[in-house]
Amino acid sequence: MVVVDSQSPPKFGDYEAQRHWMEITLNLPVLEWYRNSTGNDLSYWGLDYPPLTAYQSYFHGLFLRFFDPDSVSLFTSRGYETYVGKLLMRWTVLSSDTLIFFPAIFYFAFVYHSSCHSSRKNDCAWHIAMLLLNPCLILIDHGHFQYNCISLGLTVAAIAAILSQRELLASCLFTLALSHKQMSVYYAPAFFSHLLGKCLRRKNPIHGVAKLGLTVLGTFTVVWWPYLHSTDALLGVLSRLAPFERGIYEDYVANFWCTSSVIIKWKRLFSVHSLKFISLTATVLTCLPSMVQQVMAPSSRGFLYGLLNSSFAFYLFSFQVHEKSILLPLLPASLLALEERRPFKWLMFYGLFSMFPLLCRDKLVLPYFALHALFMLLYHAPCGHGGRPRNARPNNTKFDYFDSFKTFMNGFIYLSSFILHIVYLTMHPPEKFPYLFEAIIMLICFYQFALLAFYTNVKQWSLLEHSTTEEEKKLI
Amino acid sequence: MESSSSTRQLLWFFAIAVCVKLLLIPAYHSTDFEVHRHWLALTHSLPLSNWYADETSPWTLDYPPFFACFERFLSIFAHYIDPQIVDLHNGLNYRANSAIYFLRISVILSDLWLLYGVCRLTKNADVKRRNLIWVLIVWSPALVMVDHLHFQYNGFLLGWLLLSISFLQEGKDLMGGFLFAVLLCFKHLFAVAAPVYFVYLLRHYCWKGLFRGFSRLSVLGAVVVAVFAAAYGPFLYHGQIQQVFNRMFPFGRGLCHAYWAPNFWVFYIILDKVFSFFLKKFGFSIQIPAASFTGGLVGDSSPFAVLPKISPSTTLIMVLLALSPCFIKAWTNPQPRMVARWIAYAYTCGFLFGWHVHEKASLHFVIPLAIVAVQSLEDAKHYFMLSIVSCYSLFPLLYEGQEYPIKVLLLLLHSILMWLGFSTKFTRASAPNTMVTAKKKGAQSKSIESSSPAAEKGGFTIGWVGKSYLLGLLLVEIWGQFLHPYLLGDKFPFVPLMLISTYCAFGIMYSWIWQLRWIISTT
Repeated sequence: MVVVDSQSPPKFGDYEAQRHWMEITLNLPVLEWYRNSTGNDLSYWGLDYPPLTAYQSYFHGLFLRFFDPDSVSLFTSRGYETYVGKLLMRWTVLSSDTLIFFPAIFYFAFVYHSSCHSSRKNDCAWHIAMLLLNPCLILIDHGHFQYNCISLGLTVAAIAAILSQRELLASCLFTLALSHKQMSVYYAPAFFSHLLGKCLRRKNPIHGVAKLGLTVLGTFTVVWWPYLHSTDALLGVLSRLAPFERGIYEDYVANFWCTSSVIIKWKRLFSVHSLKFISLTATVLTCLPSMVQQVMAPSSRGFLYGLLNSSFAFYLFSFQVHEKSILLPLLPASLLALEERRPFKWLMFYGLFSMFPLLCRDKLVLPYFALHALFMLLYHAPCGHGGRPRNARPNNTKFDYFDSFKTFMNGFIYLSSFILHIVYLTMHPPEKFPYLFEAIIMLICFYQFALLAFYTNVKQWSLLEHSTTEEEKKLI
Repeated sequence: MESSSSTRQLLWFFAIAVCVKLLLIPAYHSTDFEVHRHWLALTHSLPLSNWYADETSPWTLDYPPFFACFERFLSIFAHYIDPQIVDLHNGLNYRANSAIYFLRISVILSDLWLLYGVCRLTKNADVKRRNLIWVLIVWSPALVMVDHLHFQYNGFLLGWLLLSISFLQEGKDLMGGFLFAVLLCFKHLFAVAAPVYFVYLLRHYCWKGLFRGFSRLSVLGAVVVAVFAAAYGPFLYHGQIQQVFNRMFPFGRGLCHAYWAPNFWVFYIILDKVFSFFLKKFGFSIQIPAASFTGGLVGDSSPFAVLPKISPSTTLIMVLLALSPCFIKAWTNPQPRMVARWIAYAYTCGFLFGWHVHEKASLHFVIPLAIVAVQSLEDAKHYFMLSIVSCYSLFPLLYEGQEYPIKVLLLLLHSILMWLGFSTKFTRASAPNTMVTAKKKGAQSKSIESSSPAAEKGGFTIGWVGKSYLLGLLLVEIWGQFLHPYLLGDKFPFVPLMLISTYCAFGIMYSWIWQLRWIISTT
């Protein structure tokens, strides 16, 4: 269950951005939302999410205007931060969470556990708790202030629809998610390859592909309708969605480009244009194995792994990735929590750790520790299996050294991460390297993410070998 | 080992509660926060002789000496962390992070004493029962709302009470009596149960033949006197006893608190108002009373228009009258396992008929009742209703908008946990509706209604009276929060609060009658 830490002070940045979008969408006509004009100064927190976010801002703006008109009046409400305003904004996030994310999770849990014949009630409850009490999501949505719950909720609902064989519904929901936040494109390869694989196995693949394509196009048309009358308007929106001029990375995010920039100064060696191309190639290449696996042997389990792998690929190699994007690989990891318990815990720990500097800047240190501790406690709940893998590995003396080395390394890294938390909070970095601690955190997290991505890719490929024998048993 | 795994489980429960409480640190706190901070400063900066005489702040020390010593103990750490917290003059209304964090964490840590009390009480119970009691006490939403939001140290004090009950249940009466005496020197409000303790101990511990009985009585007496001497002795020495008692018993206050606690006097007041309204209609001349219920006694005038005036001694007599069946039972058949019920009953009577009762005092009987709630199906049903009603009656304590989702969520979660816990303990078939969605407040009535067809005979269900009462609770909340401001705006601002008090008073009266009937009917 979600504990609402609505006491956390809102960051001036994202909070003001969301409030400003409500102001813009309420007061200006639809066509001007993405255009620079006297009423809409795009350099002051211009809209940079697709239209569904704009519609959602509009509805929330209506709600805000009903209770506190001053908070969304054009121009005069910039920097508006009163108690009532803050309360209302937090209620909008809370209501979105409850109305969209929660039902999606319950739908998924229902589908997943009704198909998984060996799942117990305890496991189901534990799984739901893990999903709902995702500290990352809570801290970002309710602390930092965003609406990831909507796009993630729609994605989860789409995933659940796929698991229950309702592919048209799934594609419609996923298109909606894409139209809410362009980051959902991280999952697109997985959806695409899985659905393609499913269609190719049917008697009439063209028919299946056509149906799906039409659903996607139709949903897109409905959502993007105001902007489809001219290529100018469409391009205007699209250029806001992909701000390439901000560079290949910003701040200290634990992905490949930023980490390797310690040694290879990408920004100096290549232009933005060539970097775009390089990152695209790298992303596609890393996505390819999981896509190929799904096209060749689509299965529900493989699909979930595919989501994880494609989102990892995008996180590690894509252009202009933000630290908050770790939420995207975390979602499929938590959906797979029952099968990959330890990796899930590691990903959560290091994901939170990678966001630690950001949260410190937002003064969310206490909620960070409290939620993190709460998560770990629930993970190790006495009634659940916490920590122990479902099928215990047989003891094998041959691998003893390797296993103990692995445990030692993991423990060492855990300990040093924990110490780093305290160091970051208490000590000042040396003058010559003001961002030393962020860099170290980034290095550690990248190392773990890379390991995990490698592991999950291998896992997904291994499904290919088992697929022929297990397909009859495992597929719903 | 059984005990180590149970301790670990208990610590797990506590750790979860701590995480939630930590998240609540920056939330609303009432003036009680400043009260306790001032007491830290007072006990730290001034010598003992000035503790009850100081007038630096309006928040004078009105708890007995042991609590003052407890504050003194805490102030050592406070001084170490940030000296300004304990500065008598510069620390007034000090709101820095250091003060907030220190005081909040001190409450969280003092809850460890409550944990110890619960641990001791449940060490012999079977696993399911034990877990259920832990859920009811360690995760009690009322305790979280009062201690960690509104800010008080009830967890610590209730720990002493639970410890005392645990010793009495084991038959170690002397220790139980000793701990209760200590508790009385921490907060004198707990003295309502003193008569019950007295009767029980006299009968169970001392009534053992002339010589042995008398020696035991003297030992018990000596222990109690020693405790009180340790507490009040220094003040007797300084000649301050009168001042101490003046501070501890401020009888200048009215019959009711500003927000009426849901007790018997609510009905009395409403009855008075109804009578005066109708009598006026029929042409009688009724004087509008000059005094108010919440203010002090204005001379001899009564705040009641029609019904007779109530004085502190009247309330005392009524409490003792209500307690009399309990005395008779305790005298005729003193059994250790009934102790918790009698003590809870004593606090219920004190709550219902006492003078200037705070709604927070409902904690005093709800927590001990949690111990016996798991003993039978009837107990469970009763506790389910009582816990929800008393927690809801505490809602007006947290009136700020941003705490609203927190208190609603806490109550909902608690009800769901209680429902699941009691259902799994008391149905023969396994669990009824487990996929309860916690979407909105409506989920509460929804979950109750949907489980009645699923549970068999002997299962945990609520009758239609209970269900409609809980539904009414929901309606009262909707009225107070949404409809009243929408329809009536700022007019009659006291109506929602009055509605809450009155509605909850019904629930608490029901609980009293139920407990009374139970006590009388058992042999």
